[in-house]
Amino acid sequence: MTTHELVIIGGGPAGLAAALSAWEQGVRDILILERDKEAGGILNQCIHNGFGLHRFQEELTGPEYAGRYLDLVGKTGVQIRTDTMVLDLDERRVLHTISPQYGYEAIQAGAVVLAMGCRERTRGAISIPGARCSGIFTAGAAQRFLNIEGYMVGKRVVILGSGDIGLIMARRMTLEGAKVLACVELMPYSGGLNRNIVQCLNDFDIPLYLSHTVTDIRGKDRLAQVVVSQVDETRAPIAGTEMVFDCDTLLLSVGLLPENELSRQAGVVIDRRTNGPVVWENRETSIPGVFACGNVLHVHDLVDYVSAESEAAGRAAAAFLQGKSPEGPELKLEPGFDVGYTVPQHVHKGAGDVEIFFRVRSVRRNTAIRVRDGQTQIARFRREHMAPGEMETIKLPRVLLDRVQGDTLTIEIEEAEA
Amino acid sequence: MDFDVLIIGCGVIGAACAEALAAYDLRLGILEADNDVANGTTKANSAIIHAGYDPAPGTIMARLNVAGNARAEALCRRLDVPFRRIGSLVLALEEADLPTLRTLYERGLANGVPELKLLSREETLALEPNASPEVLGSLYAPSAGIVNPWELCYALAETAVRNGASLMLETPVLGASPIEGGWAVKTPERTITSRFVLNCAGTRADAVARLFGDDSFTILPSKGEYYLLDKSEGTRVGHVIFQCPSKAGKGVLVAPTVHGNLLVGPSADESEPTDTANTARGMALVRSRAVRSVPSIAFRENIRNFAGVRANSDCPDFILGPSKKAPGLINLAGMRSPGLSAAPAVGEEILSILAGQGLALHKKTDVVTTRRRVRFHELSEAEKNEMVERDPRWGRIICRCETVTEGEIVEALHTPIPPRSVNGVKRRVGAGMGRCQGGFCGPRVQEIIARELGLDQTQVLMDWPGTWVLCGRTKGGEQA
Repeated sequence: MTTHELVIIGGGPAGLAAALSAWEQGVRDILILERDKEAGGILNQCIHNGFGLHRFQEELTGPEYAGRYLDLVGKTGVQIRTDTMVLDLDERRVLHTISPQYGYEAIQAGAVVLAMGCRERTRGAISIPGARCSGIFTAGAAQRFLNIEGYMVGKRVVILGSGDIGLIMARRMTLEGAKVLACVELMPYSGGLNRNIVQCLNDFDIPLYLSHTVTDIRGKDRLAQVVVSQVDETRAPIAGTEMVFDCDTLLLSVGLLPENELSRQAGVVIDRRTNGPVVWENRETSIPGVFACGNVLHVHDLVDYVSAESEAAGRAAAAFLQGKSPEGPELKLEPGFDVGYTVPQHVHKGAGDVEIFFRVRSVRRNTAIRVRDGQTQIARFRREHMAPGEMETIKLPRVLLDRVQGDTLTIEIEEAEA
Repeated sequence: MDFDVLIIGCGVIGAACAEALAAYDLRLGILEADNDVANGTTKANSAIIHAGYDPAPGTIMARLNVAGNARAEALCRRLDVPFRRIGSLVLALEEADLPTLRTLYERGLANGVPELKLLSREETLALEPNASPEVLGSLYAPSAGIVNPWELCYALAETAVRNGASLMLETPVLGASPIEGGWAVKTPERTITSRFVLNCAGTRADAVARLFGDDSFTILPSKGEYYLLDKSEGTRVGHVIFQCPSKAGKGVLVAPTVHGNLLVGPSADESEPTDTANTARGMALVRSRAVRSVPSIAFRENIRNFAGVRANSDCPDFILGPSKKAPGLINLAGMRSPGLSAAPAVGEEILSILAGQGLALHKKTDVVTTRRRVRFHELSEAEKNEMVERDPRWGRIICRCETVTEGEIVEALHTPIPPRSVNGVKRRVGAGMGRCQGGFCGPRVQEIIARELGLDQTQVLMDWPGTWVLCGRTKGGEQA
């Protein structure tokens, strides 16, 4: 068995940022394990711009953003091993890996950062009825075919789901000469960023059908038609509202799921709300010395936030290796009214200022986020607009946390006044 | 004559006949309309080797089911096909079901099913803790098993080809005319002559029989829809869980698969022979019926729905034997459930039928009787290293969900019946069968198939002819 101080599973934006910050904190034996042919993760196929406005104060494409980090990591002694799959991880931080170069190998890690990212929900996950013809792709798989392999997947396209990858692909397919007929969203609001609705749908006159879904898929061999129906408040299709689109391609952008099979194997406690590990403010999981960051922890909207979170996880992993761990009484964070989840799920009271990330469950205007200690409101943050497609964040200063009486803080949205 | 025996249709029944016949000194041809074998009912069914208490005593069904079950284990071991004898339980969920259990039990005894046992409520729940607390009792059949049906078909067909059978894919039968001592069978490319013809055409067996002038039976295709759940649900039950057939229908089953997933289904609806579309109604019916047996099934863990078409017929038994209207034509038709269970016994059955028809059977001296397939994730650490050292492609994981390596995919592409589609590769090695459903590995599999078979990526299909995946290059895509 070989040993490494810090092993990072995943060489996407989260893994790279965690490695870089751990290096900056003085850790000198860092190994990144990446399953794909190249590091950079899903950014490599995101050739559109809009990345890096927060992190680098300029607008970059996905590969450029990944390139910035790869350049920075390249100047350190961090090792990146590509084409390497982690098959197993246990609670003693032993990893079993396989690669063409090194074969089957067991590695004992001093600390581990989980940065495996997420995967797309599929047709099966939402049980769309209809024919089992070809021409149905998750938006990310289609994106890989276009942007990495250089192949077109079809000419007349319907997109189900208004997640960001679906919106980006609506524009990308249009620019490649395909006709995108419609983007169909089950919910009464979009799941993606507002700027993507404007730049990817509106600018190309692609209609967005909210409160609609695909109710049938037709085609003997290749997809020939999809049937789209309106849904009621319970999301059940309304008979008589069917629209038929003649198309050869259906792209699915119906949600992302953190890929935590390895975390589960190791026994990391998973939050059913995020489908990611339960973490402390330093992104340490329920297993000491195992940290998680990026989309494996919770699905982010902007890569800039992934980088920031992962840098924090890298710093914490370095501190763990240097024998420093956060202390202080535990404070639990509870999602309250209309809050889907919180990350972190619990904090140490003496940890300093703490940033809390979450998503709301519905579109909200002119409201406020409230933090409650028992029945007492201890903080209130005004917001003009909040939507499930965009991640929210609030910062709780240390002085405020010090004053908390109970052992649980509730984060909730203020109900609109009647 | 081109052939002594010509098999029409290479599902599991055709393949079982082929494997048995290929061991003998005769000229054997196999016609398959699709671009791969195992692509009809064989790839979309409940994957069960039934114990044999369902068919009425005295039928061909009853005899071949029990015989097939008895032979399944040795056959699967010989051909390296995943098979597990996990046993089945038929649950009685209401008072009216209890006499049905008794009937099934007695039928099973008459059919020669081994070790059948009627269990009390407590015994049932002890054996299967996730069964409904409403259960009143059950029929336990320890001999029932689960199998990978399409791999069974591949294994049988590959072995037949290794032993000299000539397999012709994408070769539908267009017509047939009697000739001196046999048949001339018309296909798009040429006319093929054979002394005997075996009709193993599944859901289209009646149409094939009619080309030979035999209109003695009609296939009544019946579609069954299924849910396939993630491996996280794979241990929800430990046995095949059936419901009692009742006025409400045959009931749906809940069973682990040999791959470790959970299979739930099927529904039963009249359909066209090739209609494998899922319907909202069919899926809802499967869900609502399944939770009667196993209330805790987590359907949110679903990774795929599919539908298969069973070759039901207007005859209550298998239609298995020489055609009375077309001498030289042997029908193996209407082989719906327990057709898969019968498959391991079909080989011997067809040998005795053909011998009875005057075909001289001389065993070949040099016959391949075994098959092996390396499943990387099942190897020991040392074996894994050995494989990677010999060929680094065995260290490159292409399908992350099912841990399938490039080495396995390349090997499958060079078997006697190489897959020519993404789903063909999926069925052979499992790439794309997992929770991401090929979202990540699909493009890489597409590329490997094109490379290994010398095709352009746009020529690589998802599955059967016409299921294209890519329509051309992007602007400047040639440089990609």
